[in-house]
Amino acid sequence: MNRIIFTSVLLACCSTTPLQAQDEIELLRQEILKLRADYEARISTLEHKLETAGEKSAMTADQQPVAQVAETTAAGIRAGNNAFNPAIGLIFQGQAWAYDNDPRDYTISGFPLGGETEPVAEGLALGETEIDISANVDDKFTAWLTMALAIEDGEVGVEIEEAWLETLSLPAGLSARFGRMFSDVGYLNTKHAHSWDFVDQPLAYKAFMGGQYIDDGARLTWIAPTELYVELGGEILRGDRYPFVGAGNSGSGARTLHARFGGDAGFSHSWQAGISYLSGDNESRPSGAEDNPHLFTGDTDLWIADLIWKWSPNGNWKQRNFKFQFEYLHRNETGIYSLPDGSQHPLDLDQDGWYAQAVYQFMPRWRLGARLEALSSEDPGAMFDGTALALSDSDPSRYSLMADWSNSEFSRLRLQYTRDEAGETHDNQWGIQYILSIGAHGAHSF
Amino acid sequence: MHRCFFLALFLISASHSQADLRVFTCEPEWSALAVEIGGELVKSSSATHALQDPHYIQARPSLIAKLRRADLLICSGAELEIGWLPKLLSKANNPALRPGNSGYFEASSFVPRLDVPTLVDRAKGDMHPQGNPHVQANPHNILIIAQALTERMAALDPANAGHYHQGGADFLGRWQQAVTAWQDRAAVLRGKRVVAHHKSWVYLQDWLQLEEVATLEPIPGVPPTAKHLGELLRILGAEGDGAAFIIRAPYQSDKASTWLSERTRIPALLLPLTVGGSAGATDLFSLFDDILNRLLEAEQ
Repeated sequence: MNRIIFTSVLLACCSTTPLQAQDEIELLRQEILKLRADYEARISTLEHKLETAGEKSAMTADQQPVAQVAETTAAGIRAGNNAFNPAIGLIFQGQAWAYDNDPRDYTISGFPLGGETEPVAEGLALGETEIDISANVDDKFTAWLTMALAIEDGEVGVEIEEAWLETLSLPAGLSARFGRMFSDVGYLNTKHAHSWDFVDQPLAYKAFMGGQYIDDGARLTWIAPTELYVELGGEILRGDRYPFVGAGNSGSGARTLHARFGGDAGFSHSWQAGISYLSGDNESRPSGAEDNPHLFTGDTDLWIADLIWKWSPNGNWKQRNFKFQFEYLHRNETGIYSLPDGSQHPLDLDQDGWYAQAVYQFMPRWRLGARLEALSSEDPGAMFDGTALALSDSDPSRYSLMADWSNSEFSRLRLQYTRDEAGETHDNQWGIQYILSIGAHGAHSF
Repeated sequence: MHRCFFLALFLISASHSQADLRVFTCEPEWSALAVEIGGELVKSSSATHALQDPHYIQARPSLIAKLRRADLLICSGAELEIGWLPKLLSKANNPALRPGNSGYFEASSFVPRLDVPTLVDRAKGDMHPQGNPHVQANPHNILIIAQALTERMAALDPANAGHYHQGGADFLGRWQQAVTAWQDRAAVLRGKRVVAHHKSWVYLQDWLQLEEVATLEPIPGVPPTAKHLGELLRILGAEGDGAAFIIRAPYQSDKASTWLSERTRIPALLLPLTVGGSAGATDLFSLFDDILNRLLEAEQ
């Protein structure tokens, strides 16, 4: 070793300036230090292994620990053609639900419904069964599929809720997504039904988003390189799913923009706020009664503001936590309504809706929640009297309470009561729901 | 002309050598380790602190913003962070940190893992198919991980490779001495029986040759139940001296261990599981000092 140092010092001195020589000595010194440390670490590890092995073999058979030591190098490598199987997850949902009124006659005064806004099935019923399949395609793309199996009118229907590809390696904080997806607007619109805190969507989502706005298209998202969380995104979508129907503009009938901000306040509090804008064309969009719908042709503009605030003591979520969620939706529709009687009327209508909900986990596994919500609308005018757009005396509103118990992250049982004052006749709704997950289960977003 | 060129080169390299390596860690122990190795060149922050259960963290916007700007991600891995890290990674749009890339460093993948289940079934609780992820509780693991991390940091910031190698070697030297001293002090603990709140301590038990006789959780991840605690009281109480300690991490509720301790007279101990877990555990060295102090004090 000394000879090496001596030789290199000699070489260094002869060949170059003293400054370079010093650099090289320094390099050599570090190299030696590193060698020494490596050497010592290896010996220490070996010693420890020997010691443990010796003591373990000295134990009698019934004292052998159950735990095994995994070999770090070969672990997880399997042979065969199924080694690249994608991650598969299944979510089961079901419920028993009771109504005072017949849920088949459910309406919201002044807000004819379209899309997937059916009330929870009455009585004992299987809810939506969700199949998630996902994997990386290669180094550039990842893929995700969500299939929903649902029973409608006694028939099993399969729906592709999500089928998208997302980029993995775009630079500068960018990512792009293509395919069918939950439009990245608002807060609740981006969430799978199994992660909702109440069994059904808020009234505002039923009235303005058709339950949940899912469409085909492309998205670009950018995350700013800042301490404050700043996310900007935009989408071009086909525009053939409620609230947009007809795939206008040659099959690119809807556009969205969103901005989200977020951060922490100390260890215990965190927040996220967002603003989203959706705009699109409609060609004969049906709403109201299925066999005799109202048809709307024209432009729809929607604004959504959302605010989420979460609290847990010291940020230790498992023990106790609290979540507050608020969204405000504003819609303007300008166009022509064709009414069931065949008459056509021009319309320029502004409508608003909001909900606020709070969920408190007061001890591990147990949560309580409450939700308040309301809708309001401009008066569309006398020519809409007697139609589903006609307003009632008071604004539609609803109050819900829920309690749920989660044995683990993979199971949840929920009890919910709702006082529904959205239609002409008020209704009491209540029931129990289960949500169970098996297989791979992706992490949940904020 | 030439002089100007060299001056410019010097300035560029000088400014580069001042550049921070921005490190995002999932747990505080890896932040502490990164700073031990990289010193002032490292700017490190941890997603969790010692009073948070790293299994259950929200994928908060602030963490996505941090991950977006990080050069290196260090996590325990073995699915400890499965409930939130994948979501952070998919949202942060930082390709270098994705699994398999140079900015992704999974500490547990460098050491032999214990508790690798032979049957993976969620009926047995929160299972980690790749083994127990709490690898930091054995200082020999820290030694192995420190070497791998030194190489990784040097590779990510080659201009400062010498600095990281020197910092790594210096740390390993001091750590080696500390481990020897700890092992001498802890010799009296060998063979002691412990009851743990959660299986957080298997690597500590393996190192100190402690014997885990039970956990307060009936199965991993499920909080202690009255029925299970009653059962433990029957077993531990009947034998008189059923165990030497009941141990828990700072983020675990003290109710169950206090309840059992009052009835069995077995001392209930809070042990820091990571840096910051107690007033004394301010860095990796004092973390193990403090763990041993607490165990030895209770043992007397």
